[in-house]
Amino acid sequence: MTAEALPAPRAAARPLSRIFAGAAGPVAVVVLALLAVWYVAAVLANWSLVAEAFARGGIPATFGDVLAGTLGGERPVLPAPHQILAELWKTVVDTPVTSRRSLVLHGWVTLSSTLLGFAIGALTGIVLAVAIVHLRMLEKSLMPWIISSQTVPILAIAPIIIVVLGSIGIRGVLPKSIISAYLCFFPVTIGMVKGLTSPDVLQRDLMRTYSASVADTLWKLRLPASVPYLFASLKVAVAISLVGAIVAELPTGAQAGLGARLLAGSYYGQTIQIWAALFAAAILAAALVAVVGMVERLVLRAMGARR
Amino acid sequence: MTATLLLLAAVFAGAAAALGHVHRPGVAGEAGLAFWLATAGLWLLATVAVSRLARLEPRAPAARRVVDAAVPLAFGAFLFFLWEVIVVGAGVPAVLMPAPSAIAAKFVASLPTLGADFVQTFVKSVLSGYAIGCTAGFLTAIVADRVPFLKRGLLPLGNFVSALPVVGIAPIMVMWFGFDWPSKAAVVVVMTFFPMLVNTVAGLSAAGPLERDLMRSYAAGYWTTLLKLRLPAALPFVFNALKINSTLALIGAIVAEFFGTPVVGMGFRISIEVARLALDMVWAEIALAAIAGSLFYALVALAERGATFWHPSYRQ
Repeated sequence: MTAEALPAPRAAARPLSRIFAGAAGPVAVVVLALLAVWYVAAVLANWSLVAEAFARGGIPATFGDVLAGTLGGERPVLPAPHQILAELWKTVVDTPVTSRRSLVLHGWVTLSSTLLGFAIGALTGIVLAVAIVHLRMLEKSLMPWIISSQTVPILAIAPIIIVVLGSIGIRGVLPKSIISAYLCFFPVTIGMVKGLTSPDVLQRDLMRTYSASVADTLWKLRLPASVPYLFASLKVAVAISLVGAIVAELPTGAQAGLGARLLAGSYYGQTIQIWAALFAAAILAAALVAVVGMVERLVLRAMGARR
Repeated sequence: MTATLLLLAAVFAGAAAALGHVHRPGVAGEAGLAFWLATAGLWLLATVAVSRLARLEPRAPAARRVVDAAVPLAFGAFLFFLWEVIVVGAGVPAVLMPAPSAIAAKFVASLPTLGADFVQTFVKSVLSGYAIGCTAGFLTAIVADRVPFLKRGLLPLGNFVSALPVVGIAPIMVMWFGFDWPSKAAVVVVMTFFPMLVNTVAGLSAAGPLERDLMRSYAAGYWTTLLKLRLPAALPFVFNALKINSTLALIGAIVAEFFGTPVVGMGFRISIEVARLALDMVWAEIALAAIAGSLFYALVALAERGATFWHPSYRQ
């Protein structure tokens, strides 16, 4: 009793130490340190470029002028964080969504193929896992090929799939989604096979004593038992689904999407644009994983999981 | 047992006959209904044969191993057979999907090109980037493990970065390090760093409290405990990261080449030949990537088997 009551006032007296005992404090410190390093690196990386520009113009530049130049240049070697945030703000908030410069438009193009690919891939993965668990032949013959399919750099096949599907008349969002789906079915299959076989012998024997059919065992025992595994793999799957969609936009010179934005930025040396697209992709990835995590919590609570 | 083997032999003979038949001038591209029916029948027969083979449980461990290897091999071989027969028999244009035989012929014919691409992409970019990235991740993990504050701050970040599309940094790396292989190696370094960091940190806490207490009672210091207990206990996690990274590294290098390369390299060749619709060359390049990726993975797995022979998953 006393042991539980005692620490509370101490923690309240020193809230700082409580923050730093968790993850939030250290993460914040590390992020701040990274930002500081970033600013220093931006100054160092852009210094010679800016100093040269001043010298070429014949303008006598003070130390402060060059410093300001390194953090506010048009095409810096390494843009400073605030420049990237300003570009993000400009292309997300200040630009109408219909404009070709709007990151919301490009993000939506990538997001739509990500989501379609994720849906196709997750469904394929679940169906494959159910088949593998029930058919011994598939487990032995298909499983090794599924695993070795991942040692192949699938992303390298992306251009072929897009060109082949394009030449038989399928264009737009579907070819990109197929690449996303190809990438994300694998973790789902592996996770679901693990999850579907997670009920132990006792539980399966109980189902047998109820004389439950294979379908009943699947619906009432195997599938509910596999839900935690499913969500763990869905989080991985949605992240690589986004990677697939972005990379699928690269080799074919897509007109819209975050990948196209990266490519255009690299052609014209627009470093700030590249970094802004990267940040947008990172934010999108984090949001997708967070949404899957939220659905996971809701589903698990609805299923009566102890949390 | 004998019935299954006979069935397999029959399927094999049938497949060989179909392969020989389909390449004949009158059949290639205009195979008749009878041919497709025969192929479908062969497919059914093959399914039966493979599922019977999968159900075999020979007593002798050696025979069992042979069967376990034969099932996926037979399955894969039949997939390639179907691919060849359908593409040649239906006359699918090579622009859409070349036949495996055409890809193999192209592979053999362009060995010098493939070799140069392999050296550029795999030996130079992938291997150097992989070595640097994994070593850096490993050392950072040890430092982070020593400083708990850093560990609590870095680990969530590392997990976060693992979910990000890291390949996107490729254009920046190309700008910084030029068109040649160092920029690709840099992408590979960043891609492999975080999985290694996260896995090694997790592995370093894998040693149980009992073992650690034992080391304490031996009066072992930090370094002795690290070298003799905690690093060996972390090896399965480290090898897990090495395996994940072996595929990530190849993807990173190939994708980075889409952003600009000298005129050699697997990613360069793929993007240039796709534009020329020379799909047989693209597939040959992909076959090369698949072989290199699988061999790399297999080598790491073999090293793992040797280094962590004590782990429960390898005990018989």
